[in-house]
Amino acid sequence: MLFPSWAFLLFLAVLVPVYYLVPKRIQWIVLLLFNAVFVCFAGLLGAVFMAVTVASVYAATRAFDALFTRQRETLAAMKTTHTKEERKKTRLQFEKKRRLILVACLVLNFGILFALKYGAMLGRLSAGLFGGKPFGQDLALTMGISFYTFSTVGYLLDVYRETVPAERNPLKLALFTSFFPLLVQGPITRFETVGKALTAPHAFDGKRFLSASLRIAWGYWKKLIVADRLLVAVKALCARPNVYYGDFIFMEMLLYAACLYADFTGGIDITIGVGEMLGIRIEENFNRPYFSKSISEYWRRWHITLGEWFKRYVYYPLSVSKPMRDLSKATRRFGAGVSRRVPVYLATLLVWALTGAWHGSNLTFLVWGLLNGVVILLSEECKPLYARFHKRFPKLGESAFYRGFAVIRTVLLLSSLRILDCYGTVKDAFSSFFSMFTTWNWGAVFRGGIQSLGLSYTDYAIALFGVLVMFALSMVQRKGTIRKRIMKRGAVFSVCVLLVLIGTILLFGRYGFGFDASQFIYNRF
Amino acid sequence: MEQLLDILRDLHPETDFETETRLVDGGILASFDIVMLITRIEEAFDVVIPAKDIVPEHFNSAKALYALITKIAEQDD
Amino acid sequence: MKRKTLTFIGILLACIVFFGALYAVSRLVAPKYHTSPLEGHLTGEYYEEKTAHDVLFVGDCEVFSNISPVTLYNEYGITSFIRGSAQQLTWQSYYLLEDALLTETPKVVVFNVLALKYGEPQSEAYNRMTLDGMRLNASKIRAIRASMTEGEDFMSYLFPLLRYHDRIDKLTGEDFAYWFTSGEPVSFKGYLLRTEVRPATDMPTETYDPKLPESSMEWLGRMADLCEEKGIALVLMKSPSIYPKWYPEWDETVAAFANARGLRYDNMIAENDVIGIDMQTDTCDMGQHLNVYGAEKLSRFYGAVLQKTYQLPDHRGEAAYDADYAALSERYETEKNLRRSEGN
Repeated sequence: MLFPSWAFLLFLAVLVPVYYLVPKRIQWIVLLLFNAVFVCFAGLLGAVFMAVTVASVYAATRAFDALFTRQRETLAAMKTTHTKEERKKTRLQFEKKRRLILVACLVLNFGILFALKYGAMLGRLSAGLFGGKPFGQDLALTMGISFYTFSTVGYLLDVYRETVPAERNPLKLALFTSFFPLLVQGPITRFETVGKALTAPHAFDGKRFLSASLRIAWGYWKKLIVADRLLVAVKALCARPNVYYGDFIFMEMLLYAACLYADFTGGIDITIGVGEMLGIRIEENFNRPYFSKSISEYWRRWHITLGEWFKRYVYYPLSVSKPMRDLSKATRRFGAGVSRRVPVYLATLLVWALTGAWHGSNLTFLVWGLLNGVVILLSEECKPLYARFHKRFPKLGESAFYRGFAVIRTVLLLSSLRILDCYGTVKDAFSSFFSMFTTWNWGAVFRGGIQSLGLSYTDYAIALFGVLVMFALSMVQRKGTIRKRIMKRGAVFSVCVLLVLIGTILLFGRYGFGFDASQFIYNRF
Repeated sequence: MEQLLDILRDLHPETDFETETRLVDGGILASFDIVMLITRIEEAFDVVIPAKDIVPEHFNSAKALYALITKIAEQDD
Repeated sequence: MKRKTLTFIGILLACIVFFGALYAVSRLVAPKYHTSPLEGHLTGEYYEEKTAHDVLFVGDCEVFSNISPVTLYNEYGITSFIRGSAQQLTWQSYYLLEDALLTETPKVVVFNVLALKYGEPQSEAYNRMTLDGMRLNASKIRAIRASMTEGEDFMSYLFPLLRYHDRIDKLTGEDFAYWFTSGEPVSFKGYLLRTEVRPATDMPTETYDPKLPESSMEWLGRMADLCEEKGIALVLMKSPSIYPKWYPEWDETVAAFANARGLRYDNMIAENDVIGIDMQTDTCDMGQHLNVYGAEKLSRFYGAVLQKTYQLPDHRGEAAYDADYAALSERYETEKNLRRSEGN
């Protein structure tokens, strides 16, 4: 079920009243049932994979819990009778057991994700190398698996680290894993917050309902008016690299930046709004990302939950892991600067390779991820240079002009990297990107070029209007949330805003059969 | 404590670490800095900060970070 | 309490304004079919009728192009209406008939059999032209369900805004002129008048399936049941258009069906000489549709057949009908002369 579908709206229209009418005690059970319907509706295979994840993570976390308890009891009993060395040995034995369980559980869950993501590609690869029919061509990601695997494994690691207690009720873990709005576009959430909120009782609150509706409508607005419209042009541009090159690529960069922003933030707005409608607070995933002044800042403000996940569970553990520390020590003879950088560099590049791999199975995504890492490391290395520059021109760094420059520079840089996202091969992406600097063809772009992309001038005008609205709202948002200010003006005003949003979506949204007048010309039949 | 402040100042000379309490939340310390910091703390204090303790609460102020270092050092004994 | 009431009234008002505006915009963007293509206007014109009909014609373009109810009345006093539209599929004809039988019971229903060759929904645009004009009732809903092609959305038939919203930048004067009114009819009791003359030529032969689809024959059976139930005589007719071709195997299948159900089946292609239709002068598009001259010849011929077979009453001289048909005949003649003088 995609967000813009009647099925989804109907699902919500049934769920919300039922959710608030049943006794609070069983509210979460009802939600779990609805989740089950949602998951099964998307495909039974996906439901099976999800069940495997829930069962394995539940079993592992319960085992951790039992081992922690036994470890504490054993060590307490040994306190007077055994030496410190013996006690340490016992502790390590327990740790080893836990690690074994953890590794098995991680291999199973990431194994499923890996097989679905790379199965088809590996099948083609092996067929290319050894001949024969490529296997696994029908493997495809099941709904939400990239998101819920990360959320649920995050919980597994938290229990392993003893920062979160193990949940005793497997159904509550199932509820957390299957919470339906998160299965569409994420975000990756934490059991501590969302998992706990899901099982708490929630009473209906008209104001919250209205406020949530506003957020959902705004999400649809961005998705249907801006994203789905621009997607048509972006797809057309990406599909024919030998026709659209040079300045078309610059256009593609800007259109894709707007399209992706509207689509992803719009989807998350709907998700968070649906959560709010049910009384469940879901983590924010964006913080006006296009106002970032550097790529690393951008990644702290775009898809926040994914970045946090990688930092918490991969980047930090990896940088402080024993092998990494040993490596750092071993390189000390090259100087403190080198030895201190080794962990940071290796961890950064690995995390970015993984981030790239998470986004897609194509090689282009891996290159995209690594380039992001390289840019971040480079700008870290340039920091002293910047500092010297700003020392010489202290007023410049503070000026609105310079900040604007930094923001535009960041947007252009990340849009350039995203070109890798658009093409099937790294070669196409690079040649398209560099053609921007060698071919000056604005003439072709404006003489017929932009009309050949499947959008009319009205479409461009509507999309531009949508982008301007998003930009203006982001500017206003710096001084606090807009919804709160709307709600403050009373229910009638809020309803009016909601109706205007819905009305404009219905009229200017890009959905359904496009109107192609030529279809309606009666051709003698 | 003074030793820790020296390391911090070396990373970000422009920040007043004695009073700042939102080092991570305020975006002063990025993940890059945190890992650098951990490596230098290990060099200086011979203390390894485990991954599970790398959370904003422990890195938001020099004081909290020092408390963490002291706690880990005690546990190791 | 008072505050709450005010809020409630405010929200209610906002909703009324909202839905009112939505309705207005929805009507504005829906195609009006007043200049082109006229075929989309036909279904709705039935509901403007003020007099009853003894004969209803249902089918595709071969009814609305080839039969002239004005001639049937002027020559024989037969009252009739054509419920046909572009590529109207058999089940659409069934439901349009079902819809018509809610308000009247004619003596004879004539179904043109060409559409039997289609067993599956064909084109979204033709669905729209046939179904959008239908009044909302159970027949319409079932007709939509039976007709949707891949990727179509049921809701958009009920709320035209969902379908036509992107016509907002393609509006013409017609859209404003007929915003809240369906305007003058474009047909003459369902008949679309054409005066062009384009002689028939040989068309390339095409491959075809000698078997008519089971599904469309099933719908024909349901149509026969419906008429039987209401005591209406169902007549099957293949109009004299020679293209698209009507193959001998299909002819046999329909003849066998008619025989089994005790229905009359007239294949007029064989009768062209008797009727006096000349495919050099009586067709407007090389043998696919008759022009007004051909349609009048066919109506004169077939009116006699119907009157004789079913003893249809002559309504000429009845005040209500005479008034209705006099005005219609006048408009008919004006349009015929106008079109002829314009050279089409």
